[in-house]
Amino acid sequence: MMQSIFPVLYLFAAASFILAIKWMSSPTTARRGVIIGEIGMLLAVVGTLLRAEVVSYQWILIAFFIGSAIGVPIAYYMPMTAVPQRTAFSHACGALAAALIGAAEYYRQMPHGVVMIALIVEMLLGFLTFTASMMAFGKLQETLPQRPITFRGQNVVNLGILILAIAIGIALIISPERTWLFPIFAVLSLAFGVLLIIPIGGADMPTVIALLNSYAGLSASAMGFAFDNKLLIVAGALDGSSGFILAVIMCRAMNRSFSNVMFGAFGTIQTSTKQTTERPIRSATAEEAAEILDSARKVVIIPGYGMAVAQAQHKLRELHDILTKRGIEVSFAIHPVAGRMPGHMNVLLAEADVPYDRLIEMDDINPEFARTDVALIIGANDVVNPAAREKDSPIAGMPILNAFEAQTVMVIKRGMSPGFAGIDNDLYYMDKTLMLFGDAKTFVSSIVKELNAVAAAS
Amino acid sequence: MSSYEVAIWVFMLAAFLGFELIRRVSPLLHTPLMSLTNAISAIAVVGAILITGAKEASMLTRALGFTAVVLSTINVVSGYLITDRMLKMFKKRGAEKK
Repeated sequence: MMQSIFPVLYLFAAASFILAIKWMSSPTTARRGVIIGEIGMLLAVVGTLLRAEVVSYQWILIAFFIGSAIGVPIAYYMPMTAVPQRTAFSHACGALAAALIGAAEYYRQMPHGVVMIALIVEMLLGFLTFTASMMAFGKLQETLPQRPITFRGQNVVNLGILILAIAIGIALIISPERTWLFPIFAVLSLAFGVLLIIPIGGADMPTVIALLNSYAGLSASAMGFAFDNKLLIVAGALDGSSGFILAVIMCRAMNRSFSNVMFGAFGTIQTSTKQTTERPIRSATAEEAAEILDSARKVVIIPGYGMAVAQAQHKLRELHDILTKRGIEVSFAIHPVAGRMPGHMNVLLAEADVPYDRLIEMDDINPEFARTDVALIIGANDVVNPAAREKDSPIAGMPILNAFEAQTVMVIKRGMSPGFAGIDNDLYYMDKTLMLFGDAKTFVSSIVKELNAVAAAS
Repeated sequence: MSSYEVAIWVFMLAAFLGFELIRRVSPLLHTPLMSLTNAISAIAVVGAILITGAKEASMLTRALGFTAVVLSTINVVSGYLITDRMLKMFKKRGAEKK
């Protein structure tokens, strides 16, 4: 009796996961979504433990214990700035788990037909997502170089390895008894994952992470086919479509296609030879910047990856607070690909206690710039580059934040180095632009100090 | 209809449902969303349990299953906890001063 209850529990678990994602649509219901998601997972695990096929528990319980002992500290002690790395790491864990389950099932059953096809798909996606995610993790953690690494014939080599892996996979589907082929299949899949990420640069990480998310989900879904388990299929499909949509949104925000992100090795073409003439720029001190900000009525702050690197989000919140207190309207303009993963800037600013209704999406903030007194750009470059409107630019057609329409533009930047796309930013040379050279955190904190002094004096 | 045919239908419908649901998620919450779907896809733990707890398991399959349970559990536990930790930080104006 108890053993036949699991299909019912699985059904409820699938419904819980759907509700969990539905409730994620708004910040007011999102936490409820997490709770229902947890309940769903609990139902699924309990249901599985009750199944007649599961007879030995000790290893499962030990594994639960070890997994929790690793997972709980990660969850509580990981700094929020490490969210992109953690996400890449969990894609790696999920994908490797799926691949290992596929391998175990292969050795256990030597299945034929549809089941074997599902297992091969599961393992191909699982293995390649595992190494790809570890590479992404390394790049985000900066243990690996963030610059794209390219070599001649790269795409041909990559494609060749993928085709070979698929061919061996097909051979295994035709006759699973050829076990000697299996390790070759695994190694080729793993190698393809590494090669896939090598040519991808830091600024393309949001797309890549979303895509890996999708692969990890699809791998779980393929497992559902192999185990004839609808719950796995549903949960995997939800994850797969989620990652896919996010990747599409990221690509659209850069006006680039999937294939361009994956095979284009963007950012390698350095235009260092082109730009030789010194153009005049205007720079300003923190005192001057504070004065201009203080006389503004509407300020829009544009954060980018540089803000995350400099950890300037808490100082920015102080700036937001003092300006708001002095009757100035402050909002944050968030470009979809700012940072290293979808939504990266929002999480960092929310952590610094910036109210989320001050974080404005690109389409909503762009009409506002014409009425904005000061656009303050911190660690963002390509997403505000007006060159995107020119036809022959490498970032042509990329939707940008129209910071150049503001009365005054202020740019906090370490130096004049070009952005990720390797192109010069005309915004910096406009008459109304002030360059504020220095570390983002230090500079914002001196502006705040100046503003506090002004506030105390008045 | 064979069970695989049903499975493909289920996959297709779930994928479409996923597209519709995710499109509605505000970009504000894209990071927590990714971390939540990650935790959900750790449902692979079901397959891992079935392999690890099976009666006729060899050393090899037991070890593979065991590792998979560990990895999925890491994702389940840290995925849900981190999503909640992130969501707790999203506050509206006025709500943060208590």
